[in-house]
Amino acid sequence: LKSQRLNGISHRGRVLTLDSMNPNVKRVEYAVRGPIVQRAVQIEKELKEGVKKPFTEVIKANIGDAHAMGQKPITFFRQVLALCSYPALLEDSKFPEDAKKRAQRILEACGGHSIGAYSTSQGIECIRQDVARYIEKRDGGIPSNPDNIYLSTGASDAIVTILKLLVCGEGRDRTGVMISIPQYPLYSAALADLGAVQINYYLDEDNCWSLNITELRRALNAAREHCNPRVLCIINPGNPTGQVQSRQCIEDVIRFAKEEHLFLMADEVYQDNVYAEGCQFHSFKKVLFEMGPEYSNTVEMASFHSTSKCYMGECGFRGGYMEVINLDPEVKAQLIKLVSVRLCPPVPGQALLDLVVNPPQPDEPSYATFMKERTAVLSTLAEKARLTEQIFNTVPGITCNPVQGAMYTFPGITLPQKAIDKAKELGLVPDMFYCMRLLEEDGICLVPGSGFGQREGTYHFRMTILPPTDKLKVVLQKIREFHLRFTQEFS
Amino acid sequence: MQVLSSRNVRLLSRGRNEVLAGRSGTQRHGGDPRTRSLTCPPMSSSSSPGRKMSENGIMSRAKVLTIDTMNPTVKKVEYAVRGPIVQRAVELERELSEGMKKPFAEVIKANIGDAHAMGQQPITFFRQVLALCSYPELLSDSTFPEDAKSRACRILQSCGGNSMGAYSASQGIDSVRQDVARYIERRDGGVACDPDNIYLTTGASDGIVTMLKLLVCGEGTTRTGVMIPIPQYPLYSAALAELGAVQIDYFLNEEKCWSLDITELQRAVNEARQYCNPRALCIINPGNPTGQVQSRQCIEDVIRFAAKERLFLMADEVYQDNVYAEGCQFHSFKKVLFEMGPEYAETVELASFHSTSKCYMGECGFRGGYMEIINMDDEVKDQLTKLLSVRLCPPVPGQALMDLVVNPPQPGEPSYGSFIKERTATLSALAEKAKLTEQVLNTVQGISCNPVQGAMYSFPRITIPEKAVKEATEKGQQPDMFYCMKMLEETGICLVPGSGFGQKDGTYHFRMTILPPTDKLKILLNKVKEFHQRFTQQYS
Repeated sequence: LKSQRLNGISHRGRVLTLDSMNPNVKRVEYAVRGPIVQRAVQIEKELKEGVKKPFTEVIKANIGDAHAMGQKPITFFRQVLALCSYPALLEDSKFPEDAKKRAQRILEACGGHSIGAYSTSQGIECIRQDVARYIEKRDGGIPSNPDNIYLSTGASDAIVTILKLLVCGEGRDRTGVMISIPQYPLYSAALADLGAVQINYYLDEDNCWSLNITELRRALNAAREHCNPRVLCIINPGNPTGQVQSRQCIEDVIRFAKEEHLFLMADEVYQDNVYAEGCQFHSFKKVLFEMGPEYSNTVEMASFHSTSKCYMGECGFRGGYMEVINLDPEVKAQLIKLVSVRLCPPVPGQALLDLVVNPPQPDEPSYATFMKERTAVLSTLAEKARLTEQIFNTVPGITCNPVQGAMYTFPGITLPQKAIDKAKELGLVPDMFYCMRLLEEDGICLVPGSGFGQREGTYHFRMTILPPTDKLKVVLQKIREFHLRFTQEFS
Repeated sequence: MQVLSSRNVRLLSRGRNEVLAGRSGTQRHGGDPRTRSLTCPPMSSSSSPGRKMSENGIMSRAKVLTIDTMNPTVKKVEYAVRGPIVQRAVELERELSEGMKKPFAEVIKANIGDAHAMGQQPITFFRQVLALCSYPELLSDSTFPEDAKSRACRILQSCGGNSMGAYSASQGIDSVRQDVARYIERRDGGVACDPDNIYLTTGASDGIVTMLKLLVCGEGTTRTGVMIPIPQYPLYSAALAELGAVQIDYFLNEEKCWSLDITELQRAVNEARQYCNPRALCIINPGNPTGQVQSRQCIEDVIRFAAKERLFLMADEVYQDNVYAEGCQFHSFKKVLFEMGPEYAETVELASFHSTSKCYMGECGFRGGYMEIINMDDEVKDQLTKLLSVRLCPPVPGQALMDLVVNPPQPGEPSYGSFIKERTATLSALAEKAKLTEQVLNTVQGISCNPVQGAMYSFPRITIPEKAVKEATEKGQQPDMFYCMKMLEETGICLVPGSGFGQKDGTYHFRMTILPPTDKLKILLNKVKEFHQRFTQQYS
């Protein structure tokens, strides 16, 4: 590169290069849409162009995207959204009265009665009220204040916003954030972007990925040597690990957070996705308040929910909310200011969230259909969760914990030493090598465990349980055959 | 001015403060302990509650997260368009609805470019397609026109599982990006556009912040500096504060219809080189809040300047269809860049931003938008795609809407007639309101208003009597904030004080949208006029 000087300013190459860009951004990694997915998209293109492959379609089991896997939207939700988009349909007799009523209520809360108007930055007020009532019902009557509800652009947006508020200090004073390993890589990505310190605590794979307070304490004590731990993130039900926390465990975590002066972030986007017998979703908010004022008046917490998961799976609308508890009023004012810069979350997503928290009621015309659709989705998911665990556990070299909840299985895989060596030769992480081979040979796109974090020397992948049951059976069978083939090839 | 101590004064004179504040972007506001954000309550001793030792010897305070222990760059963020005056407006609305007596019957929010909230009707075709995409059963409904159905089918076919509820690719839906590229080619008289350079976004704001994030690096005197116009749209100052980048102010020339002057750019960049590393130049054309439309010559000069000074160009062109004044025309930076020949077209790095929120559609709530990047380094492009993937995808309904904006009904299609009628009605009403606003405000002694050549705002200069300036100062308020607050309390009209956008020291302005329906706008302008006369009288 030639350097030339003009006005005393060095002119060389581009203004913005890999060397001169934000170094934090470079450190960001997000495996769920990483290189393996990029290759999957390429392969899809190649298939379209007629390139011959050992398979006819790519199955993207890398991401929790229910509609892309053929799940149908809830009729009532989409009826209301159509009515909100084009209010002339309110005259149409084909639409049920409850859908019309819901649409009218949403439109009345919008500026100029249009979902095309900006909403307030915190989200439409009547929707925040509906969210608060939903939380109260869910938590057996524990009050929820609409002023503590912030609508967001999917849960990711809110999680990043709260982390952003929390990060400060330099060197040993830099904010440390405790995240589970394996984790959902939004957390590590956001922490890299914000330049915060990531503190790993390991889930116990041998005990169904449960969370262990001794491990939390170990991680915290180790971290105090080099940063200022201020935040503890919990994902329940777990992503990618699928565990559902017991009430006792949540109580222990809350006690730990209080004792160690940590801000709690509870990622509860899979709250309706609980399948295993004996498992039940307990919200952190509920448990916190049941522990009495000593805890409920002091422990600072943010809890996150979304329209993207559960039985609705409406990822594209980017709807979500967070509830903040015991947040300092001055910080709250700062939070409102911060979210105002982005004006507002997408209004169609807000409308959808309103329907999720305020679905058809027993005396309304759409109730029966709604319940039928909802139950069908959830019971199919439960069946697929069981099926996945069963089939994987028949494969020598794959061990799979029960998928108690959420939408993923995260089995441990045994990789032969020769495969590990081969991967290293290629400059790949061993489970990335494994997943790339699976993609090239069978068209199945999974995410390697290394993208979520795992104990050293162990290997995993994450697979969604979302494909339709028939297809899922084929996928599981193909993975089984691939694993056997792979193991043989490298032993 | 020297008697003022509130934070917005610092915003106005930031260029100076940079130098004084140790030339570090992140230290920018550090000096003055009296400096106080208008949007957050003053720090009180109660925010640092007494410390106590917990059982295990760890220092424990009442709260983990307080104003003293939160991210300091977030504290520096200001966004006047939704600042304290708007919060007060919302309160007033509540008080009115609770039956409280006020000297007005309704609050008129002229603070924000929110067309639908001001009664503008959505484009029928757009909303028909969105309804069809939301509830595809309607595709068999004979009341929908065929072109709306075929557009909806095309969008749904490019969605995962044929549903808007599926995530899209992080860069946005392929077919939508292709349509955007074709739109840009048509707009720019055939200059080629590659869909791979198009990134769909969550409104234009998202694209702008993402690009700024990529650009910011270095520490101390090598910290990235970003040039922004003053007056500016405060998204820029807010994003720079949050990213800890150095804001470099260049002043628009109010006397010459808010035009951009290369000498001023040169002055600003030369001064800034003493304490930071200027790497980006932001242009808003048509201007927000100032409403000027740049001439082709001016854009050429800016591009030459950017090439010479090695600056990454960011062209905020969200008002590209909002041009009203005779003899004014929108020229995209991309087009001018390519017409300047390969020397520029192959080297100058440019990002241009557009949105569904403005122009004739005004669909703010959908948060649709795109950016086009030119000459971006391939490795950086990979990093950009990776960064966007963390947030999964822009809202799909907003992407669908973006598709309709760039690919509206064509001649020969059944919806063409009504689409053109609706579009023209909105744009010509806006042109009329732009003229009306300028005319009426210029009849008021103490208000002088440049022509609203484009965009959606008027940013008139107001004379504030010395006594009023003094009273504002005593209250710890910016004089124009004091003025706007009084106007809000007395008339129910919500404007944004000029200090929220930045202005030359000693001058005062407000930003007002021209969006209210013509009848209402007339009443509003009249009320502003009467208020200004009353205010002037009261304080002279």
